[in-house]
Amino acid sequence: MTLRGIHPVPFPIEESRELVHQMLRIRRFEEACAEWYGLQKIRGFLHLYIGEEAVATGVIHELAPDDAIVATYREHGHALVRGVPAKALMAEMFGRSTGCSRGRGGSMHLFDAERRFYGGNAIVAGGLPVAVGLGLADRMLARPRVTACFFGEGAVAEGAFHEAMNLAALWQLPVLFCCENNGYAMGTALARSQSQTDLCARAASYGMPARAVDGMDIVAVTLAAREAAAQVRNGAGPAFLEFQTYRFRAHSMFDPELYRERAEVELWRERGPLHTFTDRLKAEKVFSEADFQRIDAEVADEIRAALEFADTSPLEPVEDLLRDVHTPQASA
Amino acid sequence: MSTTSAREALHDALREALTNDSRVLLIGEDVGRYGGSYAVSKSLLTEFGPQRIRDAPLSELGFTGAGVGAALGGLRPIIEIMTVNFSLLALDQLVNTAATLRHMSGGQFSVPLVVRMATGAGRQLAAQHSHSFDGWFAHIPGLKVLTPGTVTDARYMLGIALADPDPVILLEHAQFYSETGTIGAPPTPDEAWRAATRRVGRDLTLIAWGGMLSRALAAAQRLAAEGIEAEVLDLRSLRPLDNERLIESVRRTRRAVVVDESWRTGSFAAEISARIMEGALYELDAPVLRVCSAEVPMPYAAHLEVAATPQIENIVAAARSVVHGGSA
Ligand SMILES: Cc1ncc(C[n+]2csc(CCOP(=O)(O)OP(=O)(O)O)c2C)c(N)n1
Repeated sequence: MTLRGIHPVPFPIEESRELVHQMLRIRRFEEACAEWYGLQKIRGFLHLYIGEEAVATGVIHELAPDDAIVATYREHGHALVRGVPAKALMAEMFGRSTGCSRGRGGSMHLFDAERRFYGGNAIVAGGLPVAVGLGLADRMLARPRVTACFFGEGAVAEGAFHEAMNLAALWQLPVLFCCENNGYAMGTALARSQSQTDLCARAASYGMPARAVDGMDIVAVTLAAREAAAQVRNGAGPAFLEFQTYRFRAHSMFDPELYRERAEVELWRERGPLHTFTDRLKAEKVFSEADFQRIDAEVADEIRAALEFADTSPLEPVEDLLRDVHTPQASA
Repeated sequence: MSTTSAREALHDALREALTNDSRVLLIGEDVGRYGGSYAVSKSLLTEFGPQRIRDAPLSELGFTGAGVGAALGGLRPIIEIMTVNFSLLALDQLVNTAATLRHMSGGQFSVPLVVRMATGAGRQLAAQHSHSFDGWFAHIPGLKVLTPGTVTDARYMLGIALADPDPVILLEHAQFYSETGTIGAPPTPDEAWRAATRRVGRDLTLIAWGGMLSRALAAAQRLAAEGIEAEVLDLRSLRPLDNERLIESVRRTRRAVVVDESWRTGSFAAEISARIMEGALYELDAPVLRVCSAEVPMPYAAHLEVAATPQIENIVAAARSVVHGGSA
């Protein structure tokens, strides 16, 4: 349960500012994506994370530089918070050769080897077994690292989820499973697709600690991730966190949203992670509207520069179509 | 010289890989305590311990994907999928992740993963345990496919696969494990991925790989008794495919028969046949023939299974037909 409004925010003000900054970067980046999708500069599937920003922000805030991240097709926010430059991300959205995946991935396949960001997997639950393997490598090479694996509650119905949970628990691997429960898998509400809607019960059945967290509360997310990541890093085996959250936008740009009431969306918007957190900081008089405006202006500059970079970046030459299918090797 | 079975050769290859590189580990169902369902990994658990000879639960999708992640994380995993039949449950990780990661990431990641699996029919295991999907795997850009058909390749192809920075699938025919022969010199790096002429001949080229190689060679021997000299080309690698040697051989012999245990429709033999048409049509003296499996789920009864799969007699008949004319 959230303690919002009861206890003061337990972070130094600089850290709180940073959390606001990161959530705002995601929000503004994605607003720009939606706009430029309308202008047809961005195409394909585009899944926005707006409303869920606290989850990626809080969890990734708690990771060390050599920890790994495995995410889904709804991963702009994760990549941004991880430090993949907004320019490289926006250029990828535009399909340019300067994109973080050279224009080969697009919105759903953002990668960054240097930051151990393993993508952008567009197969529901496809990332979970990969995260298990990354954890296995860390375990066998005795590296005190964590692999954070993000996925939606829809993934819990897939066989890959159960196989991965079992393997991670059986082999006691350092994987932090982060379920982003936004209530819907496309148009299918959890209760309409899964016989057991208590996701923690399902994770716990594999013998790993499992905890539900208010995913709209950046404080709750950050503290839960801090504790779980430390346990995982210290060799306690995998852990599961269910972040209860909500996406404010459609599933993708093709979704007419026939499956939910506007009133429901409005209710969740009132719990939006960005304004509830800044309101709380303001109430504590450690943060002002002017502070917010300053951060917002800084973010706006970053996004503007990213858009300009993307829009003026070159396309990959068609002659290079076949590159990066295999790893180049020095000929024998 | 002493003879070795393909099973022993594969075992020695595994043992060598585990000995030489501490990053190598074997993951699969019953690879440890049980010793491998085809006994290829027998006794390795004792020697290398349960961390590196890792018995996996019945989770083909899960542990194949874990192989991808382990490869990304710096290990050199060998995934053993008990048989190709169960690889259907792992296809998503092979096709959607292992094969695509390098490209989707704009060349940032390599997936040095080796996946071994037993394949093929011939032991009366019926419709769910007798598949050949060689062409399916060879269809996928981003994967490489090796098919050992000699004990020398059984001994050395694993090393070739492990030395490669990308995902490699090794298809080991279930009947091949007990074939015996003399282990020759390891292939040179230049020859690692190339087709090999197993028998020289002037009248036609028999094209085979993996489990069908020994049948093609046996057919060639029978044909020789009738005065037909068949060249036998062992493709060895289905992707990349050695187009050069394929076309060179067929241009010389002017006739070709492709032997493939898969169903004919959409088989890898169809690909070979198309390549020959593209590269050697005007040199051909006869249409390319394919000896493939009959279009039926594999029946259990022995005589029906034999009738459904390529046999030496079928290859001989097809060869006669391309040489003398008439129907196969
Ligand atoms: C294996 C698979 N099945 C179906 C789809 C199509 N699909 C894409 S997203 C999605 C919903 C997934 O919902 P959830 O896991 O809750 O994540 P969310 O989109 O809500 O973040 C579906 C069905 C897919 N990409 N992969």
